Formats: sequence, structure tokens, C-alpha cells
Amino acid sequence: MGLTLPKVYGGHERSSLERFVVTEEMLAAGAPCGAHWIADRQSAPQILRHGTEEAKALVIPRICAGTCYFGIGMSEPDSGSDLAAVRTKAVRTDGGWLLNGQKIWTTNGHRVHYLLALVRTGDAGDDRHGGLTQFLIDLEAPGIEIRPILDIAGHHEFNEVFFTDHFVPDRFVIGDVGNGWDMVTQELAFERSGPDRFMSDYRLLAALVDRIGADPGPREAVETGRLVSHLAALTAMSGSVAGMLGAGQIPNVEAALVKDVGTAFERDIPEVARRLIPIEPSLDATDDPYGEALADVMLRAPSFTLRGGTREILRSMIARGLGLR
Amino acid sequence: MLHTQTSPARAEAPADDFATILVEQTDRLLMREVTPACLRDADAGTFPAAAWQAVCDAGLHLAMVAEEDGGVGLEAPAAARILRRAGFHGLPAPLSEDMVARALWLAAGGELGEGLVTLASGLWTGEDLATSPLPCVPWADIAAHVLVAVSDDAGKRLILVPRDAYSVKRRRNLAAEPRDTVRIHGDGLGQAMTRPWVAAPEGMDGLTVHGAFVRAQQMVGAMERCLSLAIAYANERKQFGKPIARFQAVQHMLAVAAGESAAAAAAAELAAAAFGTPHFAFAAAVAKARCGEAAGKVAEISHQVHGAMGFTREHILHVFTRRLWAWRDEFGNDAHWQERIGRVVCAEGGEALWPRLVALRAAGRLA
Repeated sequence: MGLTLPKVYGGHERSSLERFVVTEEMLAAGAPCGAHWIADRQSAPQILRHGTEEAKALVIPRICAGTCYFGIGMSEPDSGSDLAAVRTKAVRTDGGWLLNGQKIWTTNGHRVHYLLALVRTGDAGDDRHGGLTQFLIDLEAPGIEIRPILDIAGHHEFNEVFFTDHFVPDRFVIGDVGNGWDMVTQELAFERSGPDRFMSDYRLLAALVDRIGADPGPREAVETGRLVSHLAALTAMSGSVAGMLGAGQIPNVEAALVKDVGTAFERDIPEVARRLIPIEPSLDATDDPYGEALADVMLRAPSFTLRGGTREILRSMIARGLGLR
Repeated sequence: MLHTQTSPARAEAPADDFATILVEQTDRLLMREVTPACLRDADAGTFPAAAWQAVCDAGLHLAMVAEEDGGVGLEAPAAARILRRAGFHGLPAPLSEDMVARALWLAAGGELGEGLVTLASGLWTGEDLATSPLPCVPWADIAAHVLVAVSDDAGKRLILVPRDAYSVKRRRNLAAEPRDTVRIHGDGLGQAMTRPWVAAPEGMDGLTVHGAFVRAQQMVGAMERCLSLAIAYANERKQFGKPIARFQAVQHMLAVAAGESAAAAAAAELAAAAFGTPHFAFAAAVAKARCGEAAGKVAEISHQVHGAMGFTREHILHVFTRRLWAWRDEFGNDAHWQERIGRVVCAEGGEALWPRLVALRAAGRLA
């Protein structure tokens, strides 16, 4: 944790490539890292780059120590892919801002300590990207209500977060007021290009290989080999974007490309697996790692091509990057 | 242009400056030599002698030959960039075959005079060679030598079969490139030069691995060209009062093609970085499998975007799509290599997969 963060805050000052490698290893091993994931991947770098000294001193040491978790406060009921349609509003008050509105699809909202929320603070302007500001939201503070949303597997990860005259002190404003759009765009480059965008169900692939066994038939060998060839290419692509991020570039289009190709691969794994090993998947199959992984992935897979930017949004970004106009 | 590099650190290293200059020179040379007339003549069966002479004068075929053997001594990743540019321009001549066959023969301690060298797919026994023809050997009729990998009781070796030791039945691939059937004369093997092949990659594929490696690089270049043609056409072509590039259906097709092309490039670069390491055979398998799969999709999408215009002989698109369809099936198609990869991975088990992929990516940097 805190691999890329400054030592003064308890981090390790390692390169983003080093963090990338550690992330890959954790995913490959199936490590349970959901709690710290968002804080370590995107919230801490944002706060470090744009936050006030007080905000940095308050949260970054705790992120490095693994005692402070974050959620993402971007999506709203009427603002999913169309992020510029954010309606949660902050108005100026003495010493800070008063927030009213609602966020949705807040992963682990009931467990995390803070959100980094995108909020309307002014007029959108002609390009619709103006008047947005990022705030650090302390979920323990008054004026916040969190309600669960169960996903299709019946798990509670998502939440709705309601703000009613929730006070945000000036020291929790992240970056310049009105500059939120550029910042979330940068943040999404971190969110989109990492190995978590093609290794969510890596354990299923490993379990599939074991279940097929050492002497595969031609069909098993071909289909497994195809998946491995995709994964090998993705590790190289994603590593390249990590290098660009580490060099201070903001490779938004390249990141979108990794996520689009990567999540297509993730969606493919359960579809290939179920045709190779004919079982009836069940979440109760705890004595069979393959069956359990297949059931779990089958019910999570639809989210792969939605979260962090839908496939369709990414493809439109890529098209712009290609020069289609 | 979207182009992901395997290792930005490498790309910035001073050692790559020379390679970058050479790649730029290659680009200029190919832009000058590979004219529409040259491509038309090649399609009609005329070898592009002037373009090939220019390529040889520039020493591109010597790219992978060590400097002490009179070559350019480029590292494989840089040589692979040249092959991608040859694919991008549709050079209708055997640069990839000559480059890799020449380098392998000289590296094995062989000697070589003038004339084109090509290579035969597979790993043969001496007995097989005496009885069976070598199928689909690129430009065998006009080559001076064919390089063949042999493995039998006498050991693993490379043999260089001179032109007067074999007869040829001419045959062309989908892109009208010569892929001849070679039959070695009864006493022909006696005329061949032989070198022990110490550096043979693991596995029993012989030169198929090297052929797959160069075809993967060429396919990357051809895919980049298809994509760039399709993007330009989409911006130009108007229907319903606006460029078709404005239609989301068209945008998303091209985004998919860009993703496939980028993944293919990443796999091809991985293989180039692993050249000469113990991971090379696996990396080349990954590259050919991934590029072969991407090639079909990129060709399909490029044609769809170009509409009926791209289906004509007049438009240049077919130069690249026909090559993609031909190359993806040469030196083992994607299914062939997927099966090889699958067998290796399954034999090693699930826990060994991730370490293998990490080692593969690291191979080029440690070499």
C-alpha cells in the first residue's frame, strides 16, 4: 500500500511501474484487496496532486497505513456515462460549501471512510465541462445517508449516498473550483489502464487450466491457448500505459483502449470456460474451486464492461483519439 | 496514431536512436519504391526487381546479421520494426524471409554468397526431405537457397539447399505472393551445406517459429495500414450529408479494429523482445496467434468501412487485406499456435501460468 506515495506520508516513493507489478501479482494470486483498492489506485494520487496540505496530512498517511478506504463519487441517477450531467450541487457558505444531492453505485459506500465526489459548483458552459469541482467527503460527518443496493448475486457492494446540507470545509476542496472535469478525466486514466481491467477473473482462467488437466484435447488446448495469447498481449499493453502514467503523461485514449480490449477478454473467459467444462455452476460449490469461480464470475461479468466507463463511452473516446470527426 | 510500445524505457534508450533513423530511412525508401505500378506488376507475377535491389542496397536484408559477419547487427526489436514498415507499405518482396533465414544461417556459422535466401516451414528428417515435397516455400523459384531445419539421428541442424538442387511447382498465396512447392532432387541433399543448429528454439517446430515471428510483424504493419486507410476514408466519404466517421456505428467498429491492432502490436513486440531467449518459441506462438486473430477482424472491419469501393481492384485496400488473409494462415495459423500455447500452459498447470507470463514479458529486458 502507498507504494507510489511520498515517504513523508508513510508511502514508499516507488515508481508506478513497481506498483503495477505488485498489483498484477495480487490479482494473479486472488488476493482480497477490494477495501484499499480505490484509495491506493486513484484517490490518493488525486489528493496528492491537487489537495490542500491539510487534506493530504489527514488522509494520505492513513491510506498508506491501510486504515482509510475510499469510494468514488462520480455516478448519479441521471449521470452515468454522461458524467457532465452531474446535479449534486454545492453552494458557498461560511468556511466551505453546502452539498445537496445524490450519488449512486458507490462501491463499498457503507464501508469506506471518504468519497472523492464530483459536484456542480457553477455553470456548465458551452462544452458542458465547466462548473464542476471535486470534494473530499467525510462519510462520518452529518448530512449523509447511505442506503444499500444489492447486485444480481445478492451481494451488498453498491450504495446510494444522499447529501442533505452536508458541510464540506474549504480544506476538503480538491483542486481549483470549477476544474473538476479535467481532474476526473485524469483520474480515470489511472482507473482504466491497470491490470484490474483484465485480471478480475484471472483466477477462473487458472482454475480452468487445472480443471482441464495436463493433457488437453485439441479443443481445450486451442481455446485455452487463445485466452493466454490475449492475456499476454494485455499485460504488455497495460505495462506500456503504466510506463506512460509513470512518466507523467495522461494517456486517456491508450487507457481506454486497454480497458476496452481488457474487459472484452474478461467477459470472454467465463463464456469459453463453460463450453469447455460442462458443469452447472453454483455459488454453493465451495468444494470445487473451478465451479465456485465460474459461478462467481458469471454473476459479476456484466459489470466488467460498465464500471469505470462503459464499453460504448470508451469506444467513442478511442474513435476521437483515432481522428474520426 | 494509437500505438502501444512494450517498453517505453527501451524506446528512450540511446541505443534505439540508430534503429529509429534506420526505420525512418526504410519508410522513405519503401514510399519511393513500392509504387502502385510496382504493386500491380507484382500482382501480375513480375518480381519487383528494382524495389528489391533498393532494399538490398540499403542493407535491410542484413538487419539481423551480426556486424562481424558483415551485417547491420540490429537487435531483433529494431529489425522487427523494419518488418512492420514493410508490412505497412505492402513491399511485394521477400524481405522478412531473407532477413531471418540469412541471420539464422550466418549465426549458425554458415557461409553465404549472393542471392536471395528463403526458408521452409517445419522440422524435417533427412529421410522425409528425400521423399516429400516442401510445401508453400516463399519465392523458392527465384531464390538462390532454401534454408531447412532438420532433426534426426544425425542431430538438429540447418541445411542450405541451393537452387539447382531442387525443382519447383509455382503457386501463389491470396496476395499473389509466390509460395512454391519445392522438391529436392534425388542427389540434391548432397549439394546442401549443413551446420549444427545449436541455437534452435525449444520444441519441435523448426523454422515454423521464425516464419511465424516475421509474419506477425508484417501483419502488424498491414493492420496499421488498413486502419489508417479506413480512418481516412471514413472522414472523407459522405452519406446522409455528413462524413460516415460521424456515425457511431462506424466509430465503434474502428475503435474495435484499433484495439485488435494495438493488442496484436503488443504481442508482436513481446516476441521481438524475447528473440534469442529461451522464451522465444512461446512468445512467437503468442504473437502469431494474437496477430492472426486480429488480422481477420481488422480486415473485415476495414472492408466494411470502405464499402463497395474497397472491394475493387482499383482501391489499394486489397493489397493489405489479402496479405493479412494470406499471412495469418502461413507458418501455422492462429488455431495451430493457440493449441501449442494451450498444451504448454495446461501441462504446467494453473499456478505456473502467471509466472510464465511475467517471465515472458521480462525476457527481452534481461536478454
